[in-house]
Amino acid sequence: MPAISGILIDGVSYGMILFMISVGLSVTMGLMRIINLAHGGFALLGGAAAHWLTTIAGFGFVISTILAVASVMIIAMVLERSLYTRIYRFTELQQVLATIGITFLMIASVNLLLGSTILPIRVPELLSRPIDLGFRTLPTHRLMVVIAGLLTAAALYYLLERTWFGVRLRAAVDNRNMAASLGINTVKIYAITFSLGAGLAAFGGILGAELLPIDAYYPLRYMVLFLVVVAVGGMGSIAGSFFAAIALGIIDTAARYIVPEYGTIFFFVAMMLVLTLRPNGMLGRT
Amino acid sequence: MDTAIRQNRPRHGLLTFRRLYLDLALIGAGIAAFFLFPDSLGFLTRVLIMIIMVLSLDLVLGYAGIATLGHAALFGSGAYAAGLFAVNFSADPLLGLAVGAVAGAVIAFVSGLILLRAQSLTLLMLSIAVAQILQEIASKERAITGGSDGLLGISMEPIFGIYAFDFVGQTGYWYALTVLTAVFVLLKIIVASPFGLAARGIHESAERMRAIGTPVYWRLVAIYTLAGGVAGIGGALSAQVTELVSLDALGFSLSAEALIMLILGGLGRLYGAIFGTVIFMTIHHLAASVDPFNWLFVIGALVLIVVYFLPEGFIGLPARARKLMRWSP
Repeated sequence: MPAISGILIDGVSYGMILFMISVGLSVTMGLMRIINLAHGGFALLGGAAAHWLTTIAGFGFVISTILAVASVMIIAMVLERSLYTRIYRFTELQQVLATIGITFLMIASVNLLLGSTILPIRVPELLSRPIDLGFRTLPTHRLMVVIAGLLTAAALYYLLERTWFGVRLRAAVDNRNMAASLGINTVKIYAITFSLGAGLAAFGGILGAELLPIDAYYPLRYMVLFLVVVAVGGMGSIAGSFFAAIALGIIDTAARYIVPEYGTIFFFVAMMLVLTLRPNGMLGRT
Repeated sequence: MDTAIRQNRPRHGLLTFRRLYLDLALIGAGIAAFFLFPDSLGFLTRVLIMIIMVLSLDLVLGYAGIATLGHAALFGSGAYAAGLFAVNFSADPLLGLAVGAVAGAVIAFVSGLILLRAQSLTLLMLSIAVAQILQEIASKERAITGGSDGLLGISMEPIFGIYAFDFVGQTGYWYALTVLTAVFVLLKIIVASPFGLAARGIHESAERMRAIGTPVYWRLVAIYTLAGGVAGIGGALSAQVTELVSLDALGFSLSAEALIMLILGGLGRLYGAIFGTVIFMTIHHLAASVDPFNWLFVIGALVLIVVYFLPEGFIGLPARARKLMRWSP
């Protein structure tokens, strides 16, 4: 059954990309209770930086990825301290507006510096070659994406469930005021988490550039996609994001292969079904 | 928000005449624009149509507090319905408007039954999903809707059989201005009515409204349906005047832009919808003709300035200025 395994492999790798980009959004939205439409912008900044580093500056793929992710994390930290501290106190609608405004500025900046064409990221030759898994061959890149996604999920699980930072973060997500009155520095937790989420978005954006090509309008084009994963998975739930991303990735890929005439309808119908039955998402708190 | 309530207490009589001078001035400005900018009638007509769309969003968001990012679903349904009606059945403009209004209202009613049970992010996402699904259907049903080429071949009969649509867009402008005025008057009556006050009450506190016996959910569905009709009229107008319906009429950008225009102007006063749309579209028009690529810098900065420094929108500027004057030594 090559068709089914093909759908599964493409769907899972697509889902992993969605997971890596969306999980940071889910955690920040669950933690800070804000609607952050600018999250895709961090993936764009990461992808654009990686494009510049690999093609123009001539660095290797791994070094470029590390540098790009690190610089996005710094930018996110600065934005969090300057613009987002006010956004936390805004009404929902103002949050939507403010973060759309930030997204516009990010798009315009990338557009100004690198133009509005697709920004390819040069990957090492090793990754663009197909790999033989015994029962079928697939692009090494896909395999790397899946492995990176699993590693990210495992690392996040460890960070949240097994470290003191994770304990504090979970406490802050559950009840921010209570956590603060117990002496947890929630301001610091916010900043670190936000920056970490942006870094993950950048990482996912770079790795996923083959499936979701990077160009200046990337955040607007895929914003809905990332929000869907968060809404379906449940705000603030890492496991929820993981399963939602994989499920949506497989549904979307399967629909494209089997019933291309319906396009993304299945994707959105699936989302509406989940949200109608479980308004807080699959694993969201009620 | 309670200042808004105090300012808009229900008055006896059908119409509220308190801001009549402002209404007349706005209509006067609409008439004057025709003579001042005879070369930009196409653009001006688009502004008028967009105002109808944003007024409808104001009813939903500003009055009833329903946060939606899928208002294009209602606008686009009206546009496609009116366009298809004109191509396949009758090219009478007023009949087409009615068809657009009904289509917008039906889509709003059906989707509202699902949407309005949800809140905050879930509501936003569901509203986005409705618009995306409709857009996808319009894109795939190429044989009927023309898909990504858009719905072509709309050719309207003269209005009342007398006023034919011309190339410069003069008839189109007067037509849109008349429809907009009618919609605006209708909305003014509605928001000042007990029904409109109930909407605002739900916005302030759904629990209290429930406690005094308001069927909150059905009231919201009714408002959403009404707004769907208004947005549908806007869509139908755009289909008739431009003689084209494209997939953008159902697009996410249209929903987002309408939201930006409304918030720029100010929520929950109808006037905000008018000013916000005029400001946004004028800046877009000018900035895009000067430098199409960097226009997002302008609008991004504008949005941030409004959200951070002018939370009531531009409509709050006079009050703010008055306050400043009073406090200055």
